[in-house]
Amino acid sequence: MSPAPTMTAAIAARTRQPGFARRLWRRPGAMFSIVVLGILGTGALLAPLIGQALGHDPEMVDLLARLEGPSWVHPLGTDELGRDTLVRLLHGGRVSLLVGLVGAVAAATIGTVIGLMAGYLGGRVDALFMRICDGVIALPMLPLLIVLAAIDLEKLGIPAGIATSEDASVYRIVALVALAGWTGVARLVRAGVLSLRERDFVVAAVSIGCGPWRIMLRHLLPNTLSPILVATTLSVGSVILVESVLSFLGLGIQPPMASWGSMLTNAQELVTTAPMVAVYPGLLIFVTVVACNLLGDALQEAVDPQQAGARR
Amino acid sequence: MNRFLVHRVLQAAVLVALMSFVCYGLIGLMPGDPIDLLLSADPRLTPEDVARLKAIHGLDRPLLERYLAWLGKAVVGEFGYSRLYAQPAAAVLGPRLANTALLMGISLAAAALIALPLAVAAAARAGTGFDRAVNALCFAGISVPTFWLALILIMVFAVQLGWLPAAGLPMARDPGLLERARHLVLPVLTLTVASVGGHVRYIRAAMIEALGQDYIRTAHAKGLHPRRVLWRHALRNALLPYVTILALDCGALVSGALVTETMFGYPGMGKLIFDAVMGNDFNLALLALLLVTALTVACNLLADVAYAALDPRIRQR
Repeated sequence: MSPAPTMTAAIAARTRQPGFARRLWRRPGAMFSIVVLGILGTGALLAPLIGQALGHDPEMVDLLARLEGPSWVHPLGTDELGRDTLVRLLHGGRVSLLVGLVGAVAAATIGTVIGLMAGYLGGRVDALFMRICDGVIALPMLPLLIVLAAIDLEKLGIPAGIATSEDASVYRIVALVALAGWTGVARLVRAGVLSLRERDFVVAAVSIGCGPWRIMLRHLLPNTLSPILVATTLSVGSVILVESVLSFLGLGIQPPMASWGSMLTNAQELVTTAPMVAVYPGLLIFVTVVACNLLGDALQEAVDPQQAGARR
Repeated sequence: MNRFLVHRVLQAAVLVALMSFVCYGLIGLMPGDPIDLLLSADPRLTPEDVARLKAIHGLDRPLLERYLAWLGKAVVGEFGYSRLYAQPAAAVLGPRLANTALLMGISLAAAALIALPLAVAAAARAGTGFDRAVNALCFAGISVPTFWLALILIMVFAVQLGWLPAAGLPMARDPGLLERARHLVLPVLTLTVASVGGHVRYIRAAMIEALGQDYIRTAHAKGLHPRRVLWRHALRNALLPYVTILALDCGALVSGALVTETMFGYPGMGKLIFDAVMGNDFNLALLALLLVTALTVACNLLADVAYAALDPRIRQR
């Protein structure tokens, strides 16, 4: 999976060429992804305004207007509790996109720190971190995430007020995906650092007395940024998928807050009566994940045209 | 080779042992505990009774001590009773594992059989419209949320068209082979669609890399039929890393079928774990989780060893 060590330096060199943005833009998938993610992101950002304009609250239950079809009042109809589907989709997008982005960045941050330390410090530190990394990769993630999502935070000594608050489910799911998803970036960064640490600029930095942290953060990190960027973009999609599965199973985002996954929780009983309720949220997850993957792939190719074909 | 093997086996064993402790600790952190459950069933229990019961079951002792006690019983095959199924937890697992193996085996075989020719054809025509179409389909496959795919398949084939049942297993006591097969179609389709994209992308990338090698030019130069070059010379080298992916997928599918099994009400390992976790069935959840962990780790080990066995270059590390 990880690029050959000598490639990473080449990747870093290429990123700084002026043609990077144009190369990215020319990829067929990239433009599509950027437009789609832009629209979804804008919709999510403006969700409260759009909700106000339409006069709907995403959590307002109206049992007299259950499962209505599309109308001028409810452009996409209502769900099984009479909540406006469009407004809920937009608010759900806020949660899903935020969790995807923050989760992927959190995972990448952990992975970067571990990869830098393993690659530069080497020896025992490297051996320990890489064994942990191998171990985490070899685990059945979904069942473990389900157990982790089900544990009672109060038993960990977290006050009840925080443990059961609405926001806690968002923080918890970000923590979970970060905990599960750091390994890929850690390996990439380690491989990059291994190829860089003997280079002249690092030796020069050591010789003028830079400490290990300064070398890692100021000299090595900037040179490994592009593979990190690609990996993070690709993982936004998988984080959104994990969030949607856990929320769908009732273990992620807790009602009445909506995420695209949690909006599908009751969809299975509605397939006969109101199939469209089940279609919209899933379609948005699908389109978002496709866009993230396409963008990641396009970034990869723009950053490193030769290696791209051989990856995955 | 032997040192490599011993090293990897030891590493896997340590990981499983470590995970047994982690899982034990995690299960203890799930909401509710056995005494609370007793308490809710019989409100006349006094706090003294509760303290006494906790002492009897050892729940007042520290985590490590409890774990060691559990481990002592576990090594002789006593895993306790399942609360949900009123059977020894170990007895519940057997048939579930067989069900999952069946579902997984068919899906994996189907995915591999579809992926191979598609990926080879796409790699041979890299950059053409056909290649792009295959690539686009793969993207769709990896990006679709499994539970939503299952939902849509149920909606189309079970509800709208009424061609296939929405449940993974027939209700009848002795349904016959055909009826069982009919019930398996949708779950298998879900799993196959979800995994085939990854397979195609992987083989295709490996094929394109192989096709760029010198020995391929040599093979062409000495006048071999292009088809022979493609299928014999390139594919055999490209398949090497694919063996790893297959083994890894085996492990992933043991638990990855969780969502699919839950959607179709198919009684396999994944659904069992989910039900046990949700139903406060601590003994069963712990045992099932450990079994799945051990199986996944074993599959990963197998992938490493198979790769090393097939590729002499790896052994020399």
